[in-house]
Amino acid sequence: MSRLKILALLPLAVALSGCNYIVLAPAGDIAAQQRDLVIISTVLMLLIVVPVMALTVLFAWRYRQSNSSARYEPDWDHSTKLELVIWSAPLLIIVCLGALTWMGTHLLDPYRTLGRIHADRAIDQSKAPLEVDVVALDWKWLFIYPDYGIATVNDLAAPVDRPINFRITASSVMNSFYIPALAGQIYAMPGMETKLHAVVNHAGTYKGFSANYSGAGFSGMHFNFQGLDDKGFDAWVAQAKSAGGSLGRTEYLQLEKPSENEPVRRWGTVDSDLYRLILNMCVETGKMCQSEMMAIDAKGGNGHEGLNNTLPLSYDKYARRGTAFGPEPSFIAGTCTPDAPQGQTTAAIKAPLDPAPLVGAGLKRPTFAPLKSSSFFLGQRPKSDS
Amino acid sequence: MTVAVNPAQTGEPVFYLADEHPHPEGYSTSLGFWIYLMSDCLIFAMLFAAFGVLGANYAAGPAPKDLFDLDLVAVNTSMLLLSSITYGFAMLTMQQNKIAQTQMWLLITGLFGAAFIGIELTEFAHMIHEGATPQRSAFLSAFFTLVGTHGLHVSCGLIWLVTLMVQVWRFGLIEANRRRLMCLSMFWHFLDVVWIGVFTFVYLLGVLR
Amino acid sequence: MSPDLLKFIFGRLGFDSLPIHEPILVGTFAVVALGGVTLLAGLTYFRLWGYLWREWFTTVDHKRIGIMYIILGIVMLLRGFADALMMRAQQAMAFGGSEGFLPAHHYDQVFTAHGVIMIFFVAMPLVTGLMNYVVPLQIGARDVSFPFLNNFSFWMTVGGAVLVMLSLFIGEFARTGWLAYPPLSNIGYSPDVGVDYYIWGLQVAGVGTTLSGINLICTIVKLRCPGMTMMRMPVFTWTSLCTNILIVASFPVLTVVLALLSLDRYVGTNFFTNDFGGSPMMYVNLIWIWGHPEVYILVLPAFGIFSEVTSTFSGKRLFGYTSMVYATVVITILSYLVWLHHFFTMGSGASVNSFFGITTMIISIPTGAKMFNWLFTMYRGRIRYELPMLWTIAFMLTFVLGGMTGVLLAVPPADFVLHNSLFLIAHFHNVIIGGVVFGAFAGINYWFPKAFGFRLDPFWGKLSFWFWVTGFYMAFMPLYVLGLMGVTRRLRVFDDPSLQIWFVIAAIGAGLVFLGILSMLMQFAVSFLKREQLKDVTGDIWNARTLEWATSSPPPDYNFAFTPVVHDNDAWWDMKKRGYQRPLTGFKPIHMPSSTGTGIILAGFATAMGFGLIWYMWWLAALSFIAMLAVGIGHTFNYHRDFDIPADDVIRTEDARTKLLAGAK
Repeated sequence: MSRLKILALLPLAVALSGCNYIVLAPAGDIAAQQRDLVIISTVLMLLIVVPVMALTVLFAWRYRQSNSSARYEPDWDHSTKLELVIWSAPLLIIVCLGALTWMGTHLLDPYRTLGRIHADRAIDQSKAPLEVDVVALDWKWLFIYPDYGIATVNDLAAPVDRPINFRITASSVMNSFYIPALAGQIYAMPGMETKLHAVVNHAGTYKGFSANYSGAGFSGMHFNFQGLDDKGFDAWVAQAKSAGGSLGRTEYLQLEKPSENEPVRRWGTVDSDLYRLILNMCVETGKMCQSEMMAIDAKGGNGHEGLNNTLPLSYDKYARRGTAFGPEPSFIAGTCTPDAPQGQTTAAIKAPLDPAPLVGAGLKRPTFAPLKSSSFFLGQRPKSDS
Repeated sequence: MTVAVNPAQTGEPVFYLADEHPHPEGYSTSLGFWIYLMSDCLIFAMLFAAFGVLGANYAAGPAPKDLFDLDLVAVNTSMLLLSSITYGFAMLTMQQNKIAQTQMWLLITGLFGAAFIGIELTEFAHMIHEGATPQRSAFLSAFFTLVGTHGLHVSCGLIWLVTLMVQVWRFGLIEANRRRLMCLSMFWHFLDVVWIGVFTFVYLLGVLR
Repeated sequence: MSPDLLKFIFGRLGFDSLPIHEPILVGTFAVVALGGVTLLAGLTYFRLWGYLWREWFTTVDHKRIGIMYIILGIVMLLRGFADALMMRAQQAMAFGGSEGFLPAHHYDQVFTAHGVIMIFFVAMPLVTGLMNYVVPLQIGARDVSFPFLNNFSFWMTVGGAVLVMLSLFIGEFARTGWLAYPPLSNIGYSPDVGVDYYIWGLQVAGVGTTLSGINLICTIVKLRCPGMTMMRMPVFTWTSLCTNILIVASFPVLTVVLALLSLDRYVGTNFFTNDFGGSPMMYVNLIWIWGHPEVYILVLPAFGIFSEVTSTFSGKRLFGYTSMVYATVVITILSYLVWLHHFFTMGSGASVNSFFGITTMIISIPTGAKMFNWLFTMYRGRIRYELPMLWTIAFMLTFVLGGMTGVLLAVPPADFVLHNSLFLIAHFHNVIIGGVVFGAFAGINYWFPKAFGFRLDPFWGKLSFWFWVTGFYMAFMPLYVLGLMGVTRRLRVFDDPSLQIWFVIAAIGAGLVFLGILSMLMQFAVSFLKREQLKDVTGDIWNARTLEWATSSPPPDYNFAFTPVVHDNDAWWDMKKRGYQRPLTGFKPIHMPSSTGTGIILAGFATAMGFGLIWYMWWLAALSFIAMLAVGIGHTFNYHRDFDIPADDVIRTEDARTKLLAGAK
């Protein structure tokens, strides 16, 4: 892939220099590989698209009515050889592209841990990946750094060449977490967790935003992502630490209320259980966590007793009016508060540490867990294993 | 469609029908009705899919085994199955041009159908009274919607049945009415088939789960 | 009056629901109201109401219904395009701290309405209208299988359009994007009437679309004239058949998913809620199970039009008829296996994503084969560059680009960086404008002389063509570029000033398209004024190949005095070649369906019911529902739905044509 890449990039690099084509010139290895796929696929397709366009123009010109020197065969409507060509030429391209897709999709699965830092750099085992928990709020981004105990709004930073493991969820509606310079996007959905593994290779400040429309304040829902050297990152963490303040459940419930064009905010300490509570939609005290609810459901529900454990809902993000015919909005009361430790909620897909197969030759079939039928439909991994 | 039109005997191709008969009235009706039924089938398929996805999301509430009264559902099922049989008798007597008997069997079909709806409504009322409302959990939403949509179809079938009985009474077993009875018959049996799916996947498998 | 009574009568409708504080809307309302009043006054003054009611509103003639569909499509195009212009202007302005001229509340409605209107009330009516007009003629039938249903379907589509248009002046439209994903579209986050307008507008129109699909399938399967086997059907009829199969097999899904959403919104069920075990992801899956076939519902008839046009104007048989048919069928089937490519980024596993990515790519194989078939139809032809052919060439050049970017987006890792970006917007406009819209325009220019007996003015047509094509490229190529710069869709304001130039270019492009639309309206007007000069008496103005050209232009009510018998794919070409003589004697009475007002009345009640449900005016909803039931049942008591056109009338009509034809020689 890397050899092809250089060839493919040459003309583009000349043509596009001077503009900020961030998708074509990203700063992270994952985005760079995705860019390569964009370019290779385009080149593959141009193999057939260019001749088709050229032939269209040629035929349109050559067989115009006024050109009486061109041959005219009004009854010629079939040629088996030609039919074979016109079906097999696109087929061949799609076979190549399909193989590329299968491989690329598995290699660049956002759930998969990184197998390398950069095309020419293997992963450094001594450095633990940076864990970042991302929450899409109305309409701002909350980033929690569990290892450092800090949290920020609309400000994200990571050290260069250190793998980042994002765990992503949302508080109310669907968003999409996207930093074009770093890696492709993935949806942020309430009550669910998606994952993204990425690494930034070049220091700099890049744009990040929501790529899925989420309501009135959507346009202002962006942040800066900084790729910093180790020293710079430590300084950045220290800056957040020194900001003081603590982000706990009460502060979060204040924070998650809709607001637009939020400035950067930082908290020196953060409730270590907060992300799990957000993910399970039980930051409000007394509300049953999704994980608990799913555990109960998996055991066959709560029976008739479960009918009475709802409480009226006083506030549901927006001023919820309730439906025309239904009862007053309510929530399910928690029966207990389990102290599940905050940990990996979804099993990660491990990338092989030997980067040799990554270039394509002798690629081993990636392992993946067989999907349950319902998760196939929903396109989601199990939410939680607690 | 065969081209059996070459009256000139000269080998000259024939380009139009000089002597044609219009398609009989209702020529496309049974095909059209079948296609409609298939589109309706898709509606149920989607509701089944929704139930399949959400059917185990009890939201820490009751599960099928806590709610369903299989005896009652069995009675209900037999009502609908019997109504299909009696509709079959109605069609048989219609073939023999026996208006009074046709009407009688239609009436019996309608009564079975009404009994089905009645029992279903009782079941719903009981569940809602207990607190197992459609709003309680995604499972209950999907359950009420799937079963309710079927019930709504049966109710429409009942209105249609009454209309047809009036029309048969007023105009007799004319061709148009026979065709309509045939369509309703397909509709009725279709609902029967759907109910067998509901009974199996929602009630039986639900309780077993 | 007591507030309770007011609330009972008006539901949640109040004076504050009227957008009197939004100057743009007030201005629009003034223009629309003025135009409307003028139109109504004109109709009354010229005493056209009776004529319209008898000859058009209550007609069951597939030709008139087809024409009305196309008029609906063009009228709604103006509305949808006004939205497009506003979006382009907003995005070109809102830089460097400027908020543009649209607040979020308005802008979010504009892009939602643009999508909904363009797909459901422009593209669908244009396509359905062309199918309605052409298919029965092409298969040598006198009407569709269920003529009354056809009228009803049309008015239901109008009903949906009326509801969507009402939202402009009474209340508001959805602010959710055109597919109204929950949780955003759920009552908690969209408590206003917008999403309800969306739901009921689409439900009412959806009933019409489904019934029209059933109707056309039956027509094609049952009413073909003798000799027309399946493999002798014109390609447009084939694509129409596949399209209608897709309609019947996908619109019920939309009906269900919207019904479930409305249950969530009205009754408080938990299908798509975050809590209580609901699953918003299920909505996304279900709506795209409808949504992807919908794309092919729109584009397949366009493919059919291009096939007819290419063959006619190249003066050649269509190359590879059989492979064309199979390609269409393969596309029809595959269109159900690709829906997940609209949300690779939801986090499905790599295997699921690559499965759907690869099935998507496979669709490009039959599509590519079609492209080659058109190409080789032109090969060794004698191409006449009339307007339909111009649109076809523009389509071929444009559509391959859109197809290419489409396959690119089907590569999941590529989609991760391009999903929801302006690149995606550029892609689907590239295929929908380049495919469906160009196809509809080719079709309109091609069949207009058939419908009205005179062709469309070529000068204004060419002007419109060039404005559209250049405008399209100027408007959408910058969006590809912006997508590669990582700019996402539905943004209202921008920070980065270097992007502005691209948006300005795109806005200019939209302006050119606007000129294209104006030229097209001008083309209609000029053609009407010059109708004597542009007249065609032969009924076969393009020296065409299929049956619709065998009858007069415009065709008589009964389409064909005698049902044709077909011996070849290009039936009419074959008849001409073998010296077909038009029959001059032996006419008989012709059995035809009679007009009925039931369709428009039923659709009117359905619309009223929708309005009642949107505004919580339960009495209105209930009364309309009961009325609908009563009228519907009442209609079934009418057993005499057809009549005979007396032989004398047929003779008179045919003799007039004989004279005209003689005069033309």
